[in-house]
Amino acid sequence: MTAAVLPAAPSAAHRGDPLIAFRGVSLSLGGRLILEDIDLDMRRREFICVVGPSGCGKTTLLRLIAGLLHPDKGEVVYDGKPVTAPASDIALIFQDYSKALLPWRTASGNVSLAFEARSLPKAERPARIAALLDKVGLKQHADKYPIQLSGGMQQRLQIARCLAQEPSVLLMDEPFGALDAMTRQVLQDEVLRIAESAGTSVFFVTHDLEEAIYLGDRVIAMSPNPGRVTEVFDVPLPRPRNQLTTREHPEFLRLRRELFDFIQESEIEQTAIEESKA
Amino acid sequence: MKGLVVPVTLVLVAELCARLFGITSDSLASPSQIIAAAVGIVADGSLFTMTGQTLFAAVVGLAIGGGLGLVMAILLGLIQPLARLMHFSVEAFRPIPAIAILPIMLMIYGFGYRMEIAIIAFACFWPVLIIGQAAVSGIEPRLIEVSKVLGLTFLGRVTKIVLPAALPRLFVAFRLAAAVSLIVAVTVEIAMNPQGLGYELMAAQSSLRPEVMFAILLWVGLIGWGLNAFLLYAQNRLFGFAGKLEVPR
Repeated sequence: MTAAVLPAAPSAAHRGDPLIAFRGVSLSLGGRLILEDIDLDMRRREFICVVGPSGCGKTTLLRLIAGLLHPDKGEVVYDGKPVTAPASDIALIFQDYSKALLPWRTASGNVSLAFEARSLPKAERPARIAALLDKVGLKQHADKYPIQLSGGMQQRLQIARCLAQEPSVLLMDEPFGALDAMTRQVLQDEVLRIAESAGTSVFFVTHDLEEAIYLGDRVIAMSPNPGRVTEVFDVPLPRPRNQLTTREHPEFLRLRRELFDFIQESEIEQTAIEESKA
Repeated sequence: MKGLVVPVTLVLVAELCARLFGITSDSLASPSQIIAAAVGIVADGSLFTMTGQTLFAAVVGLAIGGGLGLVMAILLGLIQPLARLMHFSVEAFRPIPAIAILPIMLMIYGFGYRMEIAIIAFACFWPVLIIGQAAVSGIEPRLIEVSKVLGLTFLGRVTKIVLPAALPRLFVAFRLAAAVSLIVAVTVEIAMNPQGLGYELMAAQSSLRPEVMFAILLWVGLIGWGLNAFLLYAQNRLFGFAGKLEVPR
């Protein structure tokens, strides 16, 4: 009912079933319980950010959606069907861009890989590769090898390759963690713009609290040992977001404080647990 | 140039001794006699015939053994359960000296190329499998994940990710196997097979013509050296760039 009244902002697209749903998901790796009883819904066109101390399983959550891992208990549902293998319209952007690019292929060759995987006719590739490289600002660097590109450019290239999949969901695993502050801000805005214009849902893992609030419609806070969702914060900040005004918004500051306190608490708790074990 | 001082001196001393003391021997020959014999086998074309026989067996054996080894290396490198399943068998068969299967191959194929090629293929299979498997399983795991997320088929993953990523190290495997192929070819010919350089080497020895024997021996050494130099050159030419670009670990 409310969906019809609300404006068509992506953050308010409550229509129908969740796009991605975790249903009582537990997962152990190497005998250690990584995730316990995760229940989480992600709506269509939603931008979800996941934060938490290292070891809380946020990357594992993302890899479950990607179909690279499978739950021991419960299920991960994507578009009404359980995830069993990587889906062609779910794209994954890795943090370590230098390892995720093929060093023996040029920038356009790396983007081409996604089209080759989709068996797009050869004749159609060059134009679409050029368009994608243009979109991420790498038009001038199509013939360069990854090693000849800066970190920020390599990450743009990885984003271009993922966009070639024409994904409905973008999974991003601390994508800007290794970049300098300026580059990070520029790329944050580009991801927001791309997701907005293509109507892509984004599942964004980060340990930067401000980044999470700045980007997300919701921020999921996780705790470790075993990894679980402890708190979900709605981010009612207006869109489009702006690096200056959004970050000065009272609501932004309030959320930042709240999240900061939360993380600190869980870290103190964590230290206490470790000390009691020792 | 300094490297040549010792061999040249030795050759001169050998020549001098042979002339001064007038040694006649069934097992030794003076350098000048060896050169004359070499000119002889080059002139009557027999050197090229035997070289062709040996190299043909070596190359075909390398192609078959190395090719099978490569396929196995990719499968075992990518499919962990298969690697665990095969581990014991590989370790059990690998230490068998290739020449030890000569009697079996002789029974199956008789004399000739097929027997020799089978043994060479057996010998070349192992280094390519062992080094190739390590190369394939050592590929940056991120790249394998990329191929999965992009939805590449298994064949696509092999041709577009695995082979290019492992190529520099696979080439090293083939370089080693090439050296093995020549060694085994000559060994099989010396031991049993009546053709090629190894056989002629034995024939010269048993017909008491040491100068021919030494001439062939020098030629075999030259071939081995030339083969390695060629493969090294090819490696640098082909992978100078890719080798440097090999994913840092």
